[in-house]
Amino acid sequence: MAGSATPARVATFLEEVIAATPGDPHLELCLQCGTCGGSCPSGPDMDHTPRQLFAMIAAGLKDEVLRSNTPWYCVSCYYCVARCPQEVHITDVMYTLKQMAIREGLYRESSAAEVPEFSETFIDLVENYGRSFELGLATRYTLRHHPLNVVKMAPMGLELLRKGRMDLTPKRIKGLDQLQAILAKARELGGAA
Amino acid sequence: MKYSYYPGCSLERNAIAYHRSAMAVAAPLGIELAEIQDWNCCGATEYFSVDLLPAYSLVARNLALAAQQANGDQVVAPCSACFLNLSKTDRYMADSPELARKINTALAAGGLHYDPGTVRVRHLLDVIVNDIGYDAVAAKVTKPLHGLQVAPYYGCLIVRPGYQGVFDDPEYPTSLDKLMRTLGAKVVDFPLKTHCCGGHMTQISQPTAYELIRRLLKNAADYDADVIVTLCPMCQLNLDAFQGEVNKYFKTDYHIPVLYFTQLMGLAFGISAKELGIGKEFVDARPALSKIGVEAPEPEAPRRRRRGKKELPMPSMPEEE
Repeated sequence: MAGSATPARVATFLEEVIAATPGDPHLELCLQCGTCGGSCPSGPDMDHTPRQLFAMIAAGLKDEVLRSNTPWYCVSCYYCVARCPQEVHITDVMYTLKQMAIREGLYRESSAAEVPEFSETFIDLVENYGRSFELGLATRYTLRHHPLNVVKMAPMGLELLRKGRMDLTPKRIKGLDQLQAILAKARELGGAA
Repeated sequence: MKYSYYPGCSLERNAIAYHRSAMAVAAPLGIELAEIQDWNCCGATEYFSVDLLPAYSLVARNLALAAQQANGDQVVAPCSACFLNLSKTDRYMADSPELARKINTALAAGGLHYDPGTVRVRHLLDVIVNDIGYDAVAAKVTKPLHGLQVAPYYGCLIVRPGYQGVFDDPEYPTSLDKLMRTLGAKVVDFPLKTHCCGGHMTQISQPTAYELIRRLLKNAADYDADVIVTLCPMCQLNLDAFQGEVNKYFKTDYHIPVLYFTQLMGLAFGISAKELGIGKEFVDARPALSKIGVEAPEPEAPRRRRRGKKELPMPSMPEEE
């Protein structure tokens, strides 16, 4: 609080998460009812249910939260959002936590360490072409992170190719320079909240 | 009825059957779709996981381009993920002036601008059932799908969370059921109709994803569905292309074809199976379609064309600068 007489207080982790999330995520209103975890399709495979994670955020357990695989197992299905009695923007909170985990490097300590690499491979391709490129995504990500899976995934890839459901070469948009300028500016501005 | 059209990356190739069948049924229903010039990827869920402001700006470029077009006040997106990202970005810009300011600062670097509220984003199903209506669809049916039992699969994002309002119930939607009945099909009970197909989890955690896919297949099989009908490329890919993998993983033996709702509409309208992209699915739809007397084409033969050296299926990245 610049210019105020009281000394500045360090923001709590809860406040940090809220501040980094676009709009008002209502996270401080969580009642710990468990509707989110009960509705979550990947809940059983998460280190912590969303409800547990929100309690951990409120308790300030930053490192434990950012090491959890929970945000990475969120499939963005919005079941929890549709049902949350407090209208917490749970999916957006998960996106915020993913970005914090990447920034702090803590995602590498979670059981979902390769997920950001998948996302970043996808982003690289979009930034270079303006369109997603499935073959590039599958081959680059698999070769780099799960080389042994190439053999396992190849039949499906070949079948997609055979049925004309996969491009061998990426499509490039005309306004790629324009898109790249927009993205560069967005990165420079940083933060979406 | 004229709209802008945002196909999304999937409809360009992986879900080409969705694109073709959508075009084939739009024409007789009087839906004119003008593709947004030079649209870019919506970022799926991947972009939002890594960097928010570029993700929103990426989506906003499409909204800005749509707004420049004639009939750009309404954009039709057949892919549920694209539909979500486009409507979400518009809504969040409207709710958060600060976010809108930042996005427009980024867009300005590309000579673009977008005012939230300019573009209404519509899913193709919404347009067909609410703008065109069941009666107009019924009037086009020449070959009703009598005897075909379909499981209507909505997936997640078409009814949840509804960033620009919802056109159906988020827990138990019925518009696709009613549309299929309009075509003469028998709609089976499908309690998991809005459960998640696993999205990109097939790439992240196979046990998680395969279990979700198995549940949906089991549910459709338990209720004697001949076909699962879908309205999203990701759902189609997971239930169809991964069905064999899921069978291997769980030692099950499901053979349920997964078709787009527009493909079934086309068949009922008397359009040929080939024109509707039938034959591109992994799980052969011919046995199911023979129940309604559809002569489905042989599954696609490989495309024979000469390949340049640059086209070996080993993509290279553009040179780093």
